[in-house]
Amino acid sequence: MRKQLPIFIVFLSGILMVLQYFIPHQASEDLFTYANDFVIVIGILSLPIGIFSLLNATVMKARREPNERFYALVTLAGFAVMVISGLKREWFNDGHGLNRMLFQNALNPAQSSLFAMLAFYIASAAYRAFRVRTILAGVLLVTAFIVMLRIVPLPGVLSEVNGEAVRWILGVPNLAAKRAIIIGVALGGIAYSIKILLGIERSYLGRD
Amino acid sequence: MRSEPESPVPVRSMDNPAAAPGTATWLTVRPLRVLQRTALVLALATAGGRLALAEDAATATGEARVDTTQIGAAPVAPPPIRFATPGSVTAVDEPNDNGHALRVTWSLSADDALITTYDVYRVPSTGADPSSYVKVGSVPRGTTTFTYLADAESQEGAANPAFLATGAPATVVVRAATIDDGISEWSSPATGTPRGNWFHTGKVNILIATLLFGLAVVWFIQQSKSGRPLYIRPLPGINAVDEAIGRATEMGRPILFVLGTGTAGDIATIAGYTILARVAKKTAEYQTPLLVPVNDPVMMAMAQETVKEAYLQAGRPDVYRPESVYYISAMQFPYVAAVNGLMLRERTATNFYMGVFHAESLLLAEAGSMTGSIQISGTDQVSQIPFFVAATDYTLIGEELYAASAYLSQEPVLMGPLKAQDWAKIVILVFILLGVIAWTFGSDVFYQWVKTV
Repeated sequence: MRKQLPIFIVFLSGILMVLQYFIPHQASEDLFTYANDFVIVIGILSLPIGIFSLLNATVMKARREPNERFYALVTLAGFAVMVISGLKREWFNDGHGLNRMLFQNALNPAQSSLFAMLAFYIASAAYRAFRVRTILAGVLLVTAFIVMLRIVPLPGVLSEVNGEAVRWILGVPNLAAKRAIIIGVALGGIAYSIKILLGIERSYLGRD
Repeated sequence: MRSEPESPVPVRSMDNPAAAPGTATWLTVRPLRVLQRTALVLALATAGGRLALAEDAATATGEARVDTTQIGAAPVAPPPIRFATPGSVTAVDEPNDNGHALRVTWSLSADDALITTYDVYRVPSTGADPSSYVKVGSVPRGTTTFTYLADAESQEGAANPAFLATGAPATVVVRAATIDDGISEWSSPATGTPRGNWFHTGKVNILIATLLFGLAVVWFIQQSKSGRPLYIRPLPGINAVDEAIGRATEMGRPILFVLGTGTAGDIATIAGYTILARVAKKTAEYQTPLLVPVNDPVMMAMAQETVKEAYLQAGRPDVYRPESVYYISAMQFPYVAAVNGLMLRERTATNFYMGVFHAESLLLAEAGSMTGSIQISGTDQVSQIPFFVAATDYTLIGEELYAASAYLSQEPVLMGPLKAQDWAKIVILVFILLGVIAWTFGSDVFYQWVKTV
């Protein structure tokens, strides 16, 4: 019963959602909205569980590993400050409120810095990808060189030839590969969904 | 005490916001007065609707409003009727909708080349004064159709006069208009009743394709159940799982499993649980520490259940630590920062990335690469696959991630759908080839047929 009931709920709600896709009636739209509201409610209700998990894992780690105590302290302090700063509505909504200030002057710059690191990581990943070890890696290197050359100002005819080559690379082999993956993902997604609806795929219930 | 000389000009303050310091005061105050006077002159010189513009200009300067009654303004005259009326107006129920739309059609005005738009109005009740008509839409000249859709019963707390109730007749009229207020007469009214539809006829092709594919899946499952051997090509990423776990065990370091930044309902995330179950079972057997930081509480609950069940199946529920699967943050970059820090501090020997990934894919994979971990990734996000291919040792590309459960278990019921997928791909390939051949020989019949279907 512990496994059958969730599978039955999955089957019922899954079939309802499939039917909903083909029914444009208002009743069908209302059902869809209602189901989406459920997802939101479940998400909100699960948040305290997540917060408890974070605090629990942090405290446990601090207890077990002395080297982790500083990081744990930063996590707990950050959590406490953000919670306290959001207690009053004006602290949260006002442009100069503590919560908003922390968001704009601490969190956003930190996030932007992390995102900016992507540029350096792309360079190091590209270096590894372009090391010519095999014929395919060589093809990749030549192709990348041609494509990157597109943003370099070249004299007249060279620019036209390069432009045509880049258009062909992006529009034919590159697009074909992307579409092949997308078609595969779409068919795989449908097949996987059918397996879940029929109760064949149960790994998400904790079964191997 | 030194005192400042009294300023000859007013200083900008909360009490006197119009004033500005220094010479800027003249620049800001004088033109305002000029504007006010100009507006007044314009107001006196013009009549009708244009008077209102002058009044607005004067109001904008912060001075007293121009009282139109005191300057003998003429009453606002209705705009002149200069154009031929659009004819044959009809209003019918919009097909395949939720019951809050009408399709309004008309024939072009004889002056179509001279007008700018066709405006569609809702008539509130029979015999209502035209001033009470509600404009519901506008389309450019040369257009003969408008879909009048209004499914919001209220707007900003007030009743929406344009709302179309299901089953209630609604009357509309159309007229031609230009940007300089030229209009035509109202067309004859047309009444239609919006009705909700219980089947979307435009999706018949999708329904048929889905049913055919579903039947193929069931048929192949039956085939595989009957003992017919089915072959799945080797997936190096999955084959490397055991090797990667063994390496971590030998090194005495933990294994990191990242389920991505998607949601618990994403197929890629669900597929990730399958591989997590496999990994957790092995780590339970080898007693290798497993770390699963997640970015969604629902995903956390599911991952905890998956890992717990795997430890139970391995016969080592005592080794399972609930805090090994824990929540970090729902925000993308804080989550990445925490996971990267985890990699650097714990020196994880093996990293798995299975699920939905966005910009964080390369940030995670590169950090893992720097720590010398063996890395296996899998995602269905086409834009992130190149990053994983470049930065990780093995990558499950798109559908390979979905196929992992069948590949790992070798169960016939799970392998059947893979065969159905292969046959569907063959059908699509045949269509592509036919299209290419037809197009090469200059025929667009096949293309048009596919487009229609």
